[in-house]
Amino acid sequence: MTKSELIEGIVDKQTQLSVRDVELAVKAIIDMMSQALASGGRIEIRGFGSFSLHYRSPRTGRNPKTGEAVQLSGKNVPHFKPGKNLREQVNASRKAG
Amino acid sequence: MGALTKAAMAEKLFEDLGLNKREAKEIVEMFFDDIRQCLVNNEQVKLSGFGNFDLRDKKERPGRNPKTGEDIPISARRVVTFHPGQKLRTKVEGYARTKS
Repeated sequence: MTKSELIEGIVDKQTQLSVRDVELAVKAIIDMMSQALASGGRIEIRGFGSFSLHYRSPRTGRNPKTGEAVQLSGKNVPHFKPGKNLREQVNASRKAG
Repeated sequence: MGALTKAAMAEKLFEDLGLNKREAKEIVEMFFDDIRQCLVNNEQVKLSGFGNFDLRDKKERPGRNPKTGEDIPISARRVVTFHPGQKLRTKVEGYARTKS
């Protein structure tokens, strides 16, 4: 499922809002999530999961073409931890086929 | 600063987009429910600009109870993994940690 399919799905499930409204809302939700992480915050969605940042220490990398050593500074990477509900439902679907 | 929650997202949709509170709450619920449903149906979810949610089937592997040291196999399972997109990665990597 892509973002546009997600938008279509939501449009079909309700009668109040226009395609445009849903599009703006979905984009706004994704923006809020990106923004929360970009400012060092967490996202906590009960039953779905939480997003946070994990820190990666500075390291010496290599340019794969030249083999030259390159200093890479520390950075943060987004991390998602699935919630209990999502974990259990996804795992149950394995047995269901 | 507290974590971003569904309630905070709904509040912002109400304030910024002029959805009424009920609509705002419903959209936020549907957003996460639809993603979850898709994953439960073993289908990948791709949110461009944010990242992809993928499914992985893991084989059984040996594990151990960290408290007792007892060997216990970790059963085969299906798990969700999240791969942030380039745009999100770039946005967060420069965030300077203020905590030690």
